[in-house]
Amino acid sequence: MTTEAIAGPSKSTPGLLSRAFAGRSGPLAVVCLAIFVLWYLGTVWLNAPLLIDRYEREGQDWSITGLAGDAMAMERPILPAPHQVVEELNKSILQRSVTSKRSLIYHAWVTLSSTLLGFAMGTLLGIVLAVGIVHVNTLDRSLLPWVIASQTIPILAIAPMVIVVLGNIGFTGLVPKALISMYLCFFPVTIGMVKGLRSPDPLQMDLMRTYSASKVQVFWQLRWPSSVPFLFASLKVAIAISLVGAIVGELPTGAQAGIGARLLVGSYYGQTVQIWAALLTAAAMAGMLVAAMGGIERLVLRRSGARP
Amino acid sequence: MALEAVMQQGEAETAGSAARPVIEVENLSLTFETADAPVYALSEVNLTVNAGDFVSFIGPSGCGKTTLLRVIADLEHQTGGTISVNGVSPEEARRARAYGYVFQAPALYPWRTVERNVMLPLEIMGMTSAERQARAARYLDLVNLGGFEKKFPWQLSGGMQQRVSIARALSFEPDLLLMDEPFGALDEITRDHLNEQLLRLWERTGKTVVFVTHSIPEAVFLSSKIVVMSPRPGRIIDVIDCNLPADRTLDSRESNEFAEIAHRVREGLRAGHSYDD
Ligand SMILES: Nc1ncnc2c1ncn2[C@@H]1O[C@H](COP(=O)(O)OP(=O)(O)OP(=O)(O)O)[C@@H](O)[C@H]1O
Ligand SMILES: [Mg+2]
Repeated sequence: MTTEAIAGPSKSTPGLLSRAFAGRSGPLAVVCLAIFVLWYLGTVWLNAPLLIDRYEREGQDWSITGLAGDAMAMERPILPAPHQVVEELNKSILQRSVTSKRSLIYHAWVTLSSTLLGFAMGTLLGIVLAVGIVHVNTLDRSLLPWVIASQTIPILAIAPMVIVVLGNIGFTGLVPKALISMYLCFFPVTIGMVKGLRSPDPLQMDLMRTYSASKVQVFWQLRWPSSVPFLFASLKVAIAISLVGAIVGELPTGAQAGIGARLLVGSYYGQTVQIWAALLTAAAMAGMLVAAMGGIERLVLRRSGARP
Repeated sequence: MALEAVMQQGEAETAGSAARPVIEVENLSLTFETADAPVYALSEVNLTVNAGDFVSFIGPSGCGKTTLLRVIADLEHQTGGTISVNGVSPEEARRARAYGYVFQAPALYPWRTVERNVMLPLEIMGMTSAERQARAARYLDLVNLGGFEKKFPWQLSGGMQQRVSIARALSFEPDLLLMDEPFGALDEITRDHLNEQLLRLWERTGKTVVFVTHSIPEAVFLSSKIVVMSPRPGRIIDVIDCNLPADRTLDSRESNEFAEIAHRVREGLRAGHSYDD
């Protein structure tokens, strides 16, 4: 009887739950919930030793529930609770004008501008290298190994030195950070475009030959359009690592501005809440950038007749 | 009507009396060096195609028909013998855009609409946009694809895609047409229709056509000369002159003359096969 009563209304809206799970939002919600639960558990577990130490030093009585409550409200926790981070985000995004040096939006914009500049330069460099490699035999043999070798240098480790050196010869601000981004993101573009520009099948190339088309015509009418899907796959990787490059480039700038600077300041003063807020902002930025790339990709591919 | 008949006659006469060789092949052979064993695709091929000829290659699968066509088109290079196209080397002929090639597969560019696929050679050859439009419309109509201009290749059936590729080869109106099984993927009725269209186009324009097919009736119906090839290594075992009246229609296929020629082609193919085993 009771089960029927419970089952009754859900039967009248049979689609709701199953629809939520059939789509993408259902599973996503479950994953988010799981992350929150784990995060809260982690907060208590990681912060507990510090608190217990303090309780014992002060000869205080403590209970598990009291401990859990305190663990989620520490000023400099090892791991801040989600609501603390949300509160910090609220404070530093919504409560401040975007021009304020304490606004995360301001810092995000600083990082974003060098990300985009570096991305544009890296994409351009990547495409130019790929075009050269595909068309000039000697470049294929001489350049490609260097392109690959370039990525074995741990740029994340030497980026600070690069910034300092460039700063000494007069390059400061946007450009050095963008250079780090460019260095990281030209690589996937080159690799993807070399593959893409070589992707036309032999028959499609033969067709151009029967028209005795020039190299330039073959490039614009055949190689370039065939490479577009490869280009977008590379660009999605490139824009994400371009952001990483910009943040890394900001770490040694004497903590002036940018997400990287916020991370650095946070770790100087043990402001874990601020660090996490900056991290989440960076993650959201990366997500939005990749999603935007995906949107442009769909638009372009639809215009060039890809199957829906 | 009368005028048209006169014009046709006139053109047929000039084509007949000129007998200018367009393709001359002497002792041509071609061996593909592959990883395991060399493949002897063509051996000692001798052939002359005159201006205005409609020459069909017929022969078992894998006998080298495509290969021969590709040598003529300078897409493949012979390993022995000589070949000239329009009196010059195939390469020079290709550079002069002497021929239109219909591949065995459609080879359309998937990011271009049907119409823009047909316009591709016209763009490359630098025609004005008005001219491109007009030609694309004309030749898409010719292959019965009017109304499909804005579709993308994947929205068409295989046979329709092949017809687009035929329209593309016709669009820049080359004097020499190289067609590799252009109607292989079509149903019988469409095939009949396009056979007739191609025959009329050939009569009207006096183009030289080199045509690969597996169908004996198609070869007899269309050709002025049928070249029968043997299995690998491809060699020519018979060249059959086949001058059915110029005003032949699909019904001519029931005539005795037609049956006789078809019989001779079949005998040639049989003889070729017995070479093998
Ligand atoms: N690029 C190549 N490399 C090696 N062998 C090849 C190559 N192209 C063709 N061949 C071989 O040459 C022979 C002739 O091939 P070809 O494509 O000319 O045959 P075909 O007469 O057109 O056959 P079909 O009627 O099936 O189209 C075949 O045995 C094939 O395996
Ligand atoms: Mg073939």
